[in-house]
Amino acid sequence: MFGTAVIVFREVLEAALIIGIVAAATRDVPNNRRWISAGVILGLLGAMILAGFTDKISELASGMGQELFNALILIMAVFMLAWHNIWMASHGKELAANARNVGKAIKDGVKECSILLTVVGFAVLREGSETVLFLYGIATSDQVEVFSMLLGGAIGVAAGVAVGYTLYKGLLRIPMRWFFSATSILVLLLAAGMASQAAGYLIQSDLIPSLASPLWDTSETLPEKSVLGILLHSLIGYDARPAGMQLVFYVVTLVTISIGMKLTNNQPNKNKLQVAA
Amino acid sequence: MNKIIALILLLPSLAFANADEYTILIKNHRFEPAELTVPAGKKIKLIINNADSTPEEFESYELKREKVIPGNAKATIFIGPLTPGKYPFFGEFNEATAKGTIIVQ
Repeated sequence: MFGTAVIVFREVLEAALIIGIVAAATRDVPNNRRWISAGVILGLLGAMILAGFTDKISELASGMGQELFNALILIMAVFMLAWHNIWMASHGKELAANARNVGKAIKDGVKECSILLTVVGFAVLREGSETVLFLYGIATSDQVEVFSMLLGGAIGVAAGVAVGYTLYKGLLRIPMRWFFSATSILVLLLAAGMASQAAGYLIQSDLIPSLASPLWDTSETLPEKSVLGILLHSLIGYDARPAGMQLVFYVVTLVTISIGMKLTNNQPNKNKLQVAA
Repeated sequence: MNKIIALILLLPSLAFANADEYTILIKNHRFEPAELTVPAGKKIKLIINNADSTPEEFESYELKREKVIPGNAKATIFIGPLTPGKYPFFGEFNEATAKGTIIVQ
């Protein structure tokens, strides 16, 4: 039972942390809870369907379908998070300063919601399909301890959700003047970590070279399977034995989104000047 | 022109031609062989044949590989080139029994 709880916890935790950050970052989006719930439900449905098609997906792309699928999902999530940080962040400020433009607010709200739905849905889809497969394996095995193992699964889910919710609640306590920067930085690091993971899958599928693998090895000091290792892996993309190419993806994502944020952040200032004039 | 096209089409097969092929069987949630010796500095093509009816996830922190293998199915995992040493791997869905090591010499 304990083993099952740990495995399910690991999978759920990653998705829960992503949802916690994204939920906090979009706290001002109307109906954000409804959109997050929809993302979770769609993600779970997708995970079950995906689990059922694992053998079909595995056969695609000369047996590299799984890797390509995971990389694609991660890269799409990276783009969504980048979009959130670069466009929505600046629009949010603009809107706060210019509340008359209700039509635009609704339009941007819808865009932001579609980002929420996709990022949350993808996180649940990716981690959920593995959990579904794992629990399915247990449920169909003829071992006697099926019930206790499924109970372990339930405990794992509950523990993972609890950590994600704690992170969300903690983030909401950040004072308003720092809140915006804090959540942007978290989303930025989340995106960079996902890009590095995507690179990992592309290396595994032999599509891109690894460039020096591993670049460093900190598995003795901070193993990736330790609680702190898992937390850092999910939050900032920590990798105990990264390939050079993963670092390239990480840094390029980090720099690109940062530059995008800098560029769009200057625009509201210009608007303010015009208003003053 | 035709020669160039033929060469480009041959490229993937050349890449695969370099990889030595090894098969590991999964049966009753155990790897067979549990210890596999492969040469250092070469790309290796691992074929994991899951003879169990339940899915398994081949995972190795040391090799940086993670792949779900459906029940009664095969999966290909490329590893290496590796430096000599021991690289443990395990089946995440049945960690108690599914353990193995790749020894690179």
